[in-house]
Amino acid sequence: MSITVHIPTILRPLTDNQKRVEIAGLNVIDVIEAMEQQYPGVKEKLVAGGKAHRFMNIYVNDDDIRFNDGLSTRLNDGDSLTILPAVAGG
Amino acid sequence: MLTIHTKLVEAMLAQAHRDHPIETCGVIAGPEGSNLPLRLIPMRNAAQSETFFKFDAQEQLRVWREMEARGEEPIVIYHSHTRTQAYPSRTDIQYATEPRSHYVIIPTDYSYGEEIRSFRICDGMVTEERVRMLNSYESNLELAMVA
Repeated sequence: MSITVHIPTILRPLTDNQKRVEIAGLNVIDVIEAMEQQYPGVKEKLVAGGKAHRFMNIYVNDDDIRFNDGLSTRLNDGDSLTILPAVAGG
Repeated sequence: MLTIHTKLVEAMLAQAHRDHPIETCGVIAGPEGSNLPLRLIPMRNAAQSETFFKFDAQEQLRVWREMEARGEEPIVIYHSHTRTQAYPSRTDIQYATEPRSHYVIIPTDYSYGEEIRSFRICDGMVTEERVRMLNSYESNLELAMVA
């Protein structure tokens, strides 16, 4: 089960400057845990209090996981997972 | 320093005043590594708030993918402050994740001035920078502004 993960600029220092990495996993949190093994420090940027961090948007293919099953959103072979920092402020 | 065409500044101001008192927001894309803002993309404020803005996550994905396909990056990320000074709020600083972007704030309450201000925000540190407005770019770049 191979998933292509698109890494935003801000996280590339943690992924040896790679823009895309191939990771195996059955759902979003699986992929994040597997990334954490390879690229320590990634998880705390993506997850807070058991949920996707409010400063980050995570998409499976074209859809924001907040409107699906969050970190439990299931993945299929060949899916892409895109991480983008949320743009917001006051 | 932010170097920017006056037409882009006018477009940001017009959008901000149209949306007032709701905070407006958007991005100006430009060729990667160029530091030159060209293509203005107004974004929907998903928060529809007078004190908060947030790009709609689905719209952001579409726009970011388009920028990547065109070899662009977000040169300017802008929003308005509708009743405070044009200086990054604590929330602005928390959410600022693009050290290479110019964070532009547009005041729409005239008691705080009428000029846009531009900042670099990196690791929680705010640095204000000068805004240099140009009445023209090279002609081939002006064409890209409306693309």
